Amino acid sequence: MALARLLLPERVAAGEVIAVRLLIQHGMETGYRQDIGGRVIPRNVIRLVRCTLAGREVFVCEPSSGIAANPYFEFPVRVLQGGEWLVQWEDDAGVKGEWRQAMTLA
Amino acid sequence: MRRLLCSAVLLWAAAAPVLAQQRLLPLAPQRLLPLAPQRLLPLAPQRLLPLADVRSGITFSGRDVQALQADAPANPAQLWLAQGRTLWTTRAGAAQRSCSDCHGDIAQMKGVAVNFPKLHAGTGRLFNLEDQVRHCSSERQQAAAPAFESDELLALTALLTQASQGLPLPPVDDPALLPHLRAGAALFEGRQGQLNLACTHCHDRNWGRRFHTDILSQGQANGYPLYRLEWQHLGSLERRLRSCHVGVRAEPPPYGDVTLRQLSLYLKWRGQGLPVEMPAVRK
Repeated sequence: MALARLLLPERVAAGEVIAVRLLIQHGMETGYRQDIGGRVIPRNVIRLVRCTLAGREVFVCEPSSGIAANPYFEFPVRVLQGGEWLVQWEDDAGVKGEWRQAMTLA
Repeated sequence: MRRLLCSAVLLWAAAAPVLAQQRLLPLAPQRLLPLAPQRLLPLAPQRLLPLADVRSGITFSGRDVQALQADAPANPAQLWLAQGRTLWTTRAGAAQRSCSDCHGDIAQMKGVAVNFPKLHAGTGRLFNLEDQVRHCSSERQQAAAPAFESDELLALTALLTQASQGLPLPPVDDPALLPHLRAGAALFEGRQGQLNLACTHCHDRNWGRRFHTDILSQGQANGYPLYRLEWQHLGSLERRLRSCHVGVRAEPPPYGDVTLRQLSLYLKWRGQGLPVEMPAVRK
C-alpha cells in the first residue's frame, strides 16, 4: 500500500511561509545489501518526488540510495493561495505513488 | 540420675519460652514445611528486576531517538497506523465483514491489547495479539490470515495497541497462565546459544551499563509493535525476540512458536505498570 503523510500547520494565512513535512512509506532498498543466499537485492529507491500546490510546483527532489527507508522531507513554502496538495513519486521499479490533500486558508 | 533428668526437664521448660522469643527455637513446626496445597499450586516466578526499578526502553535511548518518538505526527510508525485505520473499516474475505462491523469504533478497543498474551478460549493455545488478529481474519472474515510481519498485520496490531496507549501493563494473575509464565521465566533465565548467555545476564543484572557503545536496556516490551531504526520498518515483539536469539547465536524459534509467546507473557509480567507507548521508536 503506497502511503504518504503530509503534515501542514493547522491554520495557514495567505503570504505566510509554512514548514511542510512529508513522510512517504517506502523501503528505499539501497542496492548494496544481499539476501540470505548472498544474492544482491536490486536497488529500489524513490528517484523523484514532486509536490504541487494548486497546480504550481513547489518542491522537487531526486533522492538516492543514501536516504533512509520511509523518507522524511521538510521544506518551507510561501503560501500564495489555498488548494489541493498533490505529491507524486516514482521509484526504480517504476511504481508510482500519489497523495492528495486539500488545504484551505484561514 | 532421675533427679538430673528432672532438673534438665525443668531447665528446658524454663528456657523454652525465652529461646522461642529469640527465634532460637521454631515457633510452630508447620512453618518449616510448606503446606501441601501451596506445593500443588504453581508459584509466580521470583522477580529478578524489582517493580520499583522498571523503566521503559525509551529512557535508555539516545536523544535523537527520543525526539523522533516524541514528535508523534512525523513518527514513521504513523504510516502503519494510517494503514490500520483504513483496514479497520475495510470489508474483506468471503464474509465481507470488516473489523468495525463486529468491534465498532477502534476507540472501543481500549484496554484490549494489554490483555495479550492470553489463553484463547476456543483452542486453549496461548495467543498474542497477532494470533488474535489472524484468527479473526480467517474465522470471522473468512479471509486468508495476514502473514506474520506483513504490513497488514503490523498495521492492525499497531492500531489496536494505540487504542490502549498510556494504559499500564496489567498484572498477570490468571492462575491458568502460570505454567506459561513460569516457562517464560525459565526461557529468560536459561543460558542458550554459542555465546551461552541468558536474557537475564544483560537485562536484569547489567541494565544501565554500557556494552560497547550501547547502554543496556531492561528489555521491556511496552512499545511493541514499534519502529526500529535498524529494521527501517515497524516490527513485532516476536521479531525482536527472534533477533535476540540471533544476537546470542542461538537458533530463533519459528514465527508462531509458543516459546515466543511465553517469553512475551513473562516480559509483560516483568514490566507490570509500564505505560503502553504507541507509536514507539527504538534504535
